[in-house]
Amino acid sequence: MLRADALHAIYPDLERHIVVTIMGAVAVELYTLGHRHNFFYLEHAMGLASSMGLGIALSLPDHKVVVIDGDGSLLMNLGTLSTIARYRPNNLLHIVFDNESLVSVGGFPTATSTGTDLAGIARASGIPQVMEAHTPDSLKASVTEALASNTLTTIVSKVEAVVPKSFHMDLPLLENRFQFKRYLESLRRVTAQ
Amino acid sequence: MPVSTTNSRLIYDALKACDVKLISALPETWLVHLIRMADEDPDMTLVRIAKEEEAIGISAGAHLAGVNSALLMQNHGFLAAINPIVSLALLYKIPLLMLISQRGSWGEKDPWQTQGGMVTEPVLRALNIPVWHLSSSTDVQRRIKDAQTLAHASLHPVAVLLSRELMWED
Repeated sequence: MLRADALHAIYPDLERHIVVTIMGAVAVELYTLGHRHNFFYLEHAMGLASSMGLGIALSLPDHKVVVIDGDGSLLMNLGTLSTIARYRPNNLLHIVFDNESLVSVGGFPTATSTGTDLAGIARASGIPQVMEAHTPDSLKASVTEALASNTLTTIVSKVEAVVPKSFHMDLPLLENRFQFKRYLESLRRVTAQ
Repeated sequence: MPVSTTNSRLIYDALKACDVKLISALPETWLVHLIRMADEDPDMTLVRIAKEEEAIGISAGAHLAGVNSALLMQNHGFLAAINPIVSLALLYKIPLLMLISQRGSWGEKDPWQTQGGMVTEPVLRALNIPVWHLSSSTDVQRRIKDAQTLAHASLHPVAVLLSRELMWED
């Protein structure tokens, strides 16, 4: 499965929710599908998109948060799975695109290429619902099911290690940050009313 | 355990006065009472992390979502979180209220704390993070409020170093 096709399949779900992605190819591909103020692209700090998602999910419990992670990033912060599982925010969906590679920085293979099983680690960390979806249709069905279930979920999807033609995004980091904060604050005001 | 309950309470009350609603923490001797107070407070979200790097992400998420947070960490935990402080908090202008127990400084008996004690302040200075040494019980609320105010105004991390004379009763 191409990650771009996977994102295309779930975009209708993503556009309605708070989304935090990791850096690199996946950020560019989501941005290219159509940037929205509810999308935040963490362009550095590898591994911490899921921690940011946890902070947001705990702070806005009435809103769904979707984190789009990758194998390289998750392997840098495996403790995040145990922390997320410990607090089990039922409004958090953690999608991991596993291309078995650090594709955005030269394509070096990660440990998932030699057998490390991220879905297994998620299960063993205590994530209450773990799914695997390796086609756009099955991913879309899994995302819909996870969002409807109100259960903390990790979905691992194997994708091909391909990069977009360009990594350029016409969106400075800080513009994205302030846009996103304003969006989240608007949710908080609506909730408070 | 000679960790000061009285001064821990002063610090916790100061965080409450700052409308802190989320605290991330990793256990450390000097912080035990503070973490217990957070755990027993039904109005506080306490996130017990596996490594301090996570806390930078969690506080960044809370800030963007409009929630005031504080980070409780030992200075070695701060040292473990340097890259996220640089490539998330500084890069994205995220205010952080970091309360850091300053182990390995004057009076330290544990040899394993001493290297971290000697490099904490130089590293904070290198990162251009404002530092306040909290050593007196008379102005805890004022100093923590001032730290939070500066963090929010500058959109920058600040560090309040919790000193031995405040936290430890020999």
